[in-house]
Amino acid sequence: MLRFLFRRSLGAIVILLLISAFTFFLFFAAPRDPALLACGRNCGPDALAIIHKNLGLDEPVPVQYWNFMSGILTGRDFAQGPCPAPCFGYSFATGDAVWNTIVDRFPITLSLTIGGAAVFLLVGLATGMVAAWKQGTLIDKIFSSASLVLSSMQIYFVGPIVLALLVYNTNLLGQPKYVPITEDPAGWFMGLLIPWCVLSIIFTAQYTRMARSAMIEQLQEEHVRTARAKGMSARTVFFRYAWRGSLIPIVTIFGIDLGTLFGGAMITEVTFALPGLGTLSMQSVLNTDLPTVMGVMLFAAAFIILFNILVDACYAFIDPRVRLS
Amino acid sequence: MFQENSARGHFAMTSPSQAAVTETDTPGLVPDGLNSKKKRKTSALTGRSPGQLMWARFKRDRTGVISACVVLFFFAIGLFAPVISKIYGKDPYTRYGQNTPGLLINQYPAQPNGGISSDFWFGIEPGLGRDVFMQLLYGIRNTLGLAVAITIVSVLTAIVLGVAAGYFGGRIDYFVGRFIDLLMAFPNQLFYVAFVPVVAAILVAPEDEMPPWLRAVIIILVMWFLGWMSLARLLRGQVLSLREREFVEAAKVSGASPWRIIRRELVPNVMTPILVQTTYMLPNFVTSIAGLSFLGVGLVEPTPDWGRMFANAADYYRNDITYLFFPGVAMVLFIVAFNLLGDSVRDAFDPKRAR
Repeated sequence: MLRFLFRRSLGAIVILLLISAFTFFLFFAAPRDPALLACGRNCGPDALAIIHKNLGLDEPVPVQYWNFMSGILTGRDFAQGPCPAPCFGYSFATGDAVWNTIVDRFPITLSLTIGGAAVFLLVGLATGMVAAWKQGTLIDKIFSSASLVLSSMQIYFVGPIVLALLVYNTNLLGQPKYVPITEDPAGWFMGLLIPWCVLSIIFTAQYTRMARSAMIEQLQEEHVRTARAKGMSARTVFFRYAWRGSLIPIVTIFGIDLGTLFGGAMITEVTFALPGLGTLSMQSVLNTDLPTVMGVMLFAAAFIILFNILVDACYAFIDPRVRLS
Repeated sequence: MFQENSARGHFAMTSPSQAAVTETDTPGLVPDGLNSKKKRKTSALTGRSPGQLMWARFKRDRTGVISACVVLFFFAIGLFAPVISKIYGKDPYTRYGQNTPGLLINQYPAQPNGGISSDFWFGIEPGLGRDVFMQLLYGIRNTLGLAVAITIVSVLTAIVLGVAAGYFGGRIDYFVGRFIDLLMAFPNQLFYVAFVPVVAAILVAPEDEMPPWLRAVIIILVMWFLGWMSLARLLRGQVLSLREREFVEAAKVSGASPWRIIRRELVPNVMTPILVQTTYMLPNFVTSIAGLSFLGVGLVEPTPDWGRMFANAADYYRNDITYLFFPGVAMVLFIVAFNLLGDSVRDAFDPKRAR
């Protein structure tokens, strides 16, 4: 297990290095001057040169890359002041330390993701298993067709409709907003209720479909037939034997979804104007704000890789035949 | 799909159960064993190819046929948009609402339900006052065109890299595999959003106007970059087992070149997974393109675009939800039909598998 984790972490670091290099060099391959934005409208060549120096843009690109990457480990000294260890530099657009911005914004994405994931995992698995249990009956048909239609919905279509129905026309709920849970747990819950529901509509439907087909596939397996032949009750067979086998595809997809969402649920955040990581990365792209784009890109990629490793480690617990090597 | 879970399609393919399924997934490509016994019997009677068998099964599947008709309908209206525009008598660019006084009041259509009338079937766009029906029609045309282009280049890339990795193995397999690992770690929403403007800036000087076709090419390039990996992995796995089979061995012994073996022996045998995966890939690309436009980095005005209608609607839906309604319903209809079609195609190739 430890050897597995060690090897995968090494691989993860290599991948993160490559992603950072790709992002950095492609960004500078574009003939745009990020300093122009920081410089403002009446920008003389002298002021521009000073900003270039302050941002470190006067150095050759490979040197800049080296400074950026070593800064993540050791910290750097900027004209704005020292930047301690996980240093992703200062934003070209706002002048704030990128790492602090990410740390500020992440709780919003985290709240959105964890709440949404709890809903779609529980509801999706439950409905999927009921549909598989009652396969071929009316319940199954209703669940299956509903999940087919719902999984084809788009957040940017459902979101505005839900907002129009519940917020603007009836005032049943307030405008979605983020309040830290430490300040006001009830406000946190109410503010994120609509985003959670809309985010999880599509996911729930997909998990229903997935759980149903995974369960049905398992129910046709030999070991399930053996368990039935031994005279075990239908419930034991369903929940002890088939359920365990159907976990692997579900855990795989869940890990991937969670890893992706932690890096910023862009469309949901933009639809509901929640200032999480997704909105942050949108803004930084529009502002040609390289340090922030790099920061969020690496942060998001790290989550994807982390959850990928976790999923692989989980296989060993779910399926004893899997050996980690 | 450019929903929040867009990355997952790539990984899903690699889940153990999925991999197990795909190995037994394709009766058409198994030339010996149980399947061919069945096939030999039928071929003695009627001489039907696996493709014909698949087509016969597909025709019997009512859901499949209906959804295929819906999908074809979308492609047809996209293809014939200029003809429909001529018959309908309007185009997607003219700002009718601004040119004709009385159609728009304070930006919003004067008549109820977004200004739906016999002149404007789907109403009038709030603000600019263009015809929604024409906007949607041309939007579908452009989006589907992009999606088809991305699908074609992605499938071709996946065939080349996946089959090469599976057949040659060794170093090629290793590098293709690591390259796929790398691309899969990219947060793909952020990648699309970050690199469409970057590639645009590389190709066009900031003071120049960018032609619409170049914008389309950039979107195709960026989405293609992260679009091919899942199919490539799948094909690699398939070819890995195919290359050990006797008919490949026989071709090798008879002196066929690797290129000929790949072209004549391997690729025809993986056409089934390619076709099935393509029917899943295309709707995902459609929603991805629409999502890109929703976030403001897709096609730009005045080129009509399906996804940008959602972005426009976000500004107006509080007072005019009709404008959001038509593109939204059209997209749900299209995606549902395409997903059903995908299921039916899979079932037609593999009748044993339960839905």
